[in-house]
Amino acid sequence: MGAAPTRIGQQDPELVERTGFSPEQINNLHKRFLQLSGNKDTISRENLNDIPALAYNPIKSQIIEAFFDKRNQHDSEVGSLEEITFQQFLMVMSHFRPPTLEMTAEEKEAMRKEKLRFLFNMHDTDGDGKITLEEYRKVVEELLSSGSIEQESAKEITDAAMLEVASTNVPHMGPEDFYEGITFEHFEQILKGLEMESRMHIRFLDTATVHCGKS
Amino acid sequence: AGESEKSNLPVFTMNYPRIQIPFEITLWMLLASFAKIGFHVYPKITFWVPESCLLVSIGLIVGGIMYSVNEKPPAVLTSNVFFLYMLPPIVLDSGYFMPTRPFFENVGTVLWFAVVGTLWNSIGIGMSLFAICQIEAFGVQDINLQENLLFATIISAVDPVAVLSVFEDVSVNEQLYIVVFGECLFNDAVTVVLYSMFSFVTEMPVVEPVDMFLGVATFLVVGLGGMGFGILFGFVAAFTTRFTSKVQEIEPLFIFMYSYLAYLVAELFAISSIMAIVCCALTMKYYVEENVSQRSCTTIRHVVKMLSAISETLIFFFLGVVTITTEHEWNWGYILFTLLFAFIWRGLGILVLTQIINPFRTIPFNTKDQFGMAYGGLRGAISFALAFTLPDNIARKHLFVTATIVIILFTVFLQGISIRPLIEFINVRRTNRKTDTINIEIHTRLMEHTMAGIEDLCGQWSHYYWKDKFMKFNNRILRRILLRDNRAESSIVALYKKLELQNAIEILDTASGDISAAPSIISLQEEKKNSTKPKKKFLAADLKNMHDILSKNMYKIRERTVSYTSKHALPNDNQRREILIRRHSSIRRSLRPGSFQTRVSMKPNNAQEAGILHRGRGMLKAGSDKVKKVQAEFCK
Repeated sequence: MGAAPTRIGQQDPELVERTGFSPEQINNLHKRFLQLSGNKDTISRENLNDIPALAYNPIKSQIIEAFFDKRNQHDSEVGSLEEITFQQFLMVMSHFRPPTLEMTAEEKEAMRKEKLRFLFNMHDTDGDGKITLEEYRKVVEELLSSGSIEQESAKEITDAAMLEVASTNVPHMGPEDFYEGITFEHFEQILKGLEMESRMHIRFLDTATVHCGKS
Repeated sequence: AGESEKSNLPVFTMNYPRIQIPFEITLWMLLASFAKIGFHVYPKITFWVPESCLLVSIGLIVGGIMYSVNEKPPAVLTSNVFFLYMLPPIVLDSGYFMPTRPFFENVGTVLWFAVVGTLWNSIGIGMSLFAICQIEAFGVQDINLQENLLFATIISAVDPVAVLSVFEDVSVNEQLYIVVFGECLFNDAVTVVLYSMFSFVTEMPVVEPVDMFLGVATFLVVGLGGMGFGILFGFVAAFTTRFTSKVQEIEPLFIFMYSYLAYLVAELFAISSIMAIVCCALTMKYYVEENVSQRSCTTIRHVVKMLSAISETLIFFFLGVVTITTEHEWNWGYILFTLLFAFIWRGLGILVLTQIINPFRTIPFNTKDQFGMAYGGLRGAISFALAFTLPDNIARKHLFVTATIVIILFTVFLQGISIRPLIEFINVRRTNRKTDTINIEIHTRLMEHTMAGIEDLCGQWSHYYWKDKFMKFNNRILRRILLRDNRAESSIVALYKKLELQNAIEILDTASGDISAAPSIISLQEEKKNSTKPKKKFLAADLKNMHDILSKNMYKIRERTVSYTSKHALPNDNQRREILIRRHSSIRRSLRPGSFQTRVSMKPNNAQEAGILHRGRGMLKAGSDKVKKVQAEFCK
């Protein structure tokens, strides 16, 4: 990229507003977007699959899928996209902004909810708004170093986790009842103790950077 | 005949002087330890009053007793004894159990507060005290600027011992803890420099600008030298442990010897010994824990904790004793103003410094955090010992000693006792240490992997960039040199334990312990039928096993060292090392009961192992038709 960097941040103030990034940050992310997409306008799943650093991530497929998930676009649509534009890319990224000092308590609460929502969507692959045992089990299996632990143990763990959710949220469930799946409210409830503020965010670079080759 | 009376063979003799010194040391140690036991008789006391206060109080009482019988205290709390024997174990403990990940994430802030903060405090307090000295009414006009600055340096050193014992109990959020903790440890460099600079300067009639320049140069030498020595000794220690597989009984010794050596060598050159020992511990821990055997590892941790506990107890205890028995010089004005200025300058310092550094931080400090930091700046024994090492040519030495003691007692007692209710009252962000639900444990890891993935995806390294670079360097070069290669033995042990775990989980499902080798397909089908109805009974032990499995087998993000744990508890050994799992996953795969058709090549070494292996194969019956419909019990 020898020419002057695209000042996309300045050109599109709407982006700044919708995503909460600064124009500098948008520029940097745009550079990255172009790098990933091969200078095209959209990114497909193959582009993301090709990132070498991501290969060792156990939940790689879930992460990639999250980018193509319509629910992460702050719309109420469900389903998945085939390719995403830069704007949609930014929308997904905006889930990971760090909290700033000026935020009020409600804004922080909303941010936390947004991040929890992101995690929830990662589990709920069929988009019905509930995490079933199968879906949860899949994620747990991915997390456990595959090959070194039994599938049985993953099942046990998932069952125990679901039981925890059930007994915390629906304490009067009788032995015969059928716990359908974790809804978002239950999900929030069970993860109340999870400390997200200091961990689930990225320090997006403000200054212009120079990318040397593919990373 | 007239010879002198023959004395009979003495049956019972006493030779006290011979054993006096070790005997008295042991007695004092026992006394202090009994005090420690005694506090826990009433748990309510230790909840409200930090242990340091209690120990000082007991020391005061004992000191009072000794004073009234005109007995001199043991010449134990000389500054030599303190700095050479009592302080190193405590600092070693702090360095060894320092949570490295948060530390390195905040290292800039830590150094900022340590260096600039201490400078600010020293100079501020010194100057204001000098201004006070000019007022005739207080009668301290003879103290010149250099002496004031010297004194200010002594009392601006925030003390790790005091702070840790208080902050631990309050369990503030990790960021706050690590910043204050780090500040305590690293302000030693500044204190050493300023102290030697000012004490040198008090002997000189005139201060020249070149001395200021030299002061800065000294600071760099002291700070970086301390770190350098520490890292050097750390690497040497790690390298040594590579060859100690045959002498496992003395493996722990190397850790202590090398860190102590680092400390002493730094003292030799008058560079920051605290930084040396902290850096040594930080560097060496990572490699040593992989090299030494499990038992040595446990021994090391135990002994480090024990030594530091006893040192800390003794320090506070003697603080109390010596308070009564030392010569005091009291001056209302000077002492009260010292207190006042110490507070004001610390508060101001934290405020100003935080404003400057907040924009650079990912998680800025809010006002409550700042209050916690300012209020948690306790002074302790280091100031005390430094006061004792003041050169005797300072006329007002006793006044300084008295003032130091007053400040220490004030901060330890008043601030120590009140910090817990205050922090709760203003609701500083606390940390949640208990991952007592499986969901939280799973999702913590899920979150971390997600973040790592997103970071890789958008290519934003921020401060992980240097860490990644270092990790690559580490993996390629350092680990090859410093680590032992032969791990075959430990992998079998790990395997054995893993199978035992699986066995334990299997037992819950098959009440009759049916170990017939049924084909896997059947049990899977049964499982599917009941898949959406998790209605099994989980015993507390099984849940614990699950936590174990989760913590051991989930993919780890980065090499995790001991995370933020409680000061007085031994760290949990449940974190299995990733390296074992990664390297020997092939062995495990071959042993999976799913592949029981193709039998394993590994022959069990003894009957017990054979039993485990055999039962491991029977795991497939799990959950087949034994659905139980009861509530779960959680382990807490």
